[in-house]
Amino acid sequence: MSFRRVLAVFAGVLPASLIAVLLFLAVYSWPAVRFNGIGFVTSTSWNLGNTYGSPILRNGVQVLPGAHYGILFLIAGTLLSTVIALLIAVPVGVGAAIFLAEAVPGWMRQWLSFFVELLAAVPSVVFGLWGYAVLVPLLGHFIYPAMGHVLGFIPFLGGSTGSGYGLLTAGIVLSLMIVPLIAATLRDAILAEPMVVRESAAALGATRFEAVWKVVLPGVRKILIGVTILATGRALGETMAVLMVSGNALNYLPPNIYSPISTMAAFIVSQLDSALQDPTGLAVRSLAEVALVLSVISIGVNTLARLVLYRSGLKAGQV
Amino acid sequence: MSGAVARGGMSAGSPAREAARLARMRRRRAWSVAGWVLCGIGFGMLGLAMGWILLMVLVRGITALTPTVFLEVTQGTGGGLLNAIEGTLVIGVGSMILAVPFGVAAGLYAAQFSHTMFARAIRFMADVLVGVPSIVLGYFGYVTMVEGLGWKFSLAAACITIAILCLPYICRTTELALSQVPAAMQEAAFALGAGEGLVAWRIALPVAMPGVLTGILLAFAISVGETAPLIYTAGWSSYMWNGALVGSPVGYLTYAIWAFINEPFASANALAYAAAFLVTVIVLLISVTARLVLLRREGAR
Repeated sequence: MSFRRVLAVFAGVLPASLIAVLLFLAVYSWPAVRFNGIGFVTSTSWNLGNTYGSPILRNGVQVLPGAHYGILFLIAGTLLSTVIALLIAVPVGVGAAIFLAEAVPGWMRQWLSFFVELLAAVPSVVFGLWGYAVLVPLLGHFIYPAMGHVLGFIPFLGGSTGSGYGLLTAGIVLSLMIVPLIAATLRDAILAEPMVVRESAAALGATRFEAVWKVVLPGVRKILIGVTILATGRALGETMAVLMVSGNALNYLPPNIYSPISTMAAFIVSQLDSALQDPTGLAVRSLAEVALVLSVISIGVNTLARLVLYRSGLKAGQV
Repeated sequence: MSGAVARGGMSAGSPAREAARLARMRRRRAWSVAGWVLCGIGFGMLGLAMGWILLMVLVRGITALTPTVFLEVTQGTGGGLLNAIEGTLVIGVGSMILAVPFGVAAGLYAAQFSHTMFARAIRFMADVLVGVPSIVLGYFGYVTMVEGLGWKFSLAAACITIAILCLPYICRTTELALSQVPAAMQEAAFALGAGEGLVAWRIALPVAMPGVLTGILLAFAISVGETAPLIYTAGWSSYMWNGALVGSPVGYLTYAIWAFINEPFASANALAYAAAFLVTVIVLLISVTARLVLLRREGAR
């Protein structure tokens, strides 16, 4: 065999494993897809049914009496926590990127940028540990009660402020995990903008900040959009940190921003033990369907991000 | 804005217009200062939160680090972390042994035959695979290998799952490093009669080696820091790894963080902080090393 053929065989393992994972998830969850139907994503009830009852046949699938699987609450928890994370992370990330690229002298920029890039490497479970040990008590005992008291008149900010485990806490921890990605990528993009753009703006009488804000930043708009979508993908699939601070709510939609939630990724970890109690195996297959839905959403978001970034001329390996 | 500046520059104009111009100028200056301050606050928030996290891990971790942590295995909610330290390293090395040949091959193919359909497919699939959440891969590993093949919680299931997770990172960094190898260098080798294989092995890969190594180091760091996919493939064990590939679970540091911080015992919480310290230090050291490898290459040019 030629070198190229041998190389292709080895190289083919990557595409093959991706196809294997997706194909397997689809095939494995197929009975669950058939049984759950569209109600899977439109209803809020994850119920294994009577685990002592004898299985009955419904829609051609063996199920426990009373079994019903609907993950609307997970989809809501996933999307809401991601939105909160973005609302925090994008402004902070943009500010940090401008600060690093434009306000700091060169030698300091190297060290501070190095710091930011290291943070992107901190494992998710360490963020979770900090959230669990530091953030949850702080927010639950002091900040949330104060917030509920002062801002309670705004919808979703009033009501019971809970224990500190919940939607807003998950969003804050998630935002910390994606800020380094946004800040580092955008800083590189700002630094790569030609100097002449800033000089032209200055020549027209713009202050330095106006030059950055109104001329340089619009120039890197596409990269900002792309990396924001990329960060969205990260936040959607994040597991451990969310698992440790979200309160792992089951079967209800969050009435306010402090309320416990769960996300699809965290749910897969927290529910497998209980799903194994279902002798028909439908619960485990429904979890596979959760994984499938999560994968489809994540892959879609990620592909969109790559498209935007590719069109802005950034190579994928650089992010 | 520019009109006012231009008119003001040519003649003083009426005092009222001059006053308006100055007021506008002051307002714009104030906005600019406020903008810089807000950007500084943005960076400050990032730095503060991150400093807080690292400080917490370092301070609580160091106070929890005793010789026992390195010398003994976990016993219930106490003891040490020797089993977890060993497991983390074994899983990391094992998954690199699996991932490196295939990941580098994929990157090599994507870079050397970059215009073929297959190379495009590899690039696209690598990007898609990066987007698959790690817990999904863990679930895949659980149902196929742990349950389906009957391997139970095992080293093999863990290593294969982590290897799949690391493949796209190794592939992409390898490709990026190779794409920076000067084409003239490779063309010169071709002109001397070298084949594709020889050029790839003897010219392209050696030149790109720092970049490839960086990718492998970063992938190793990922394997050390991962938790979710390991919970359902490696399981957890309080004993040292017994050398078996299948059939027996393996302990690892990130599990100790997640599981022991929830225990109501001070000894267990101390172990969680010690594990967090070790994981963070290992991951950060690897990241710094990877950066230095890259910097040395850039310095050598």
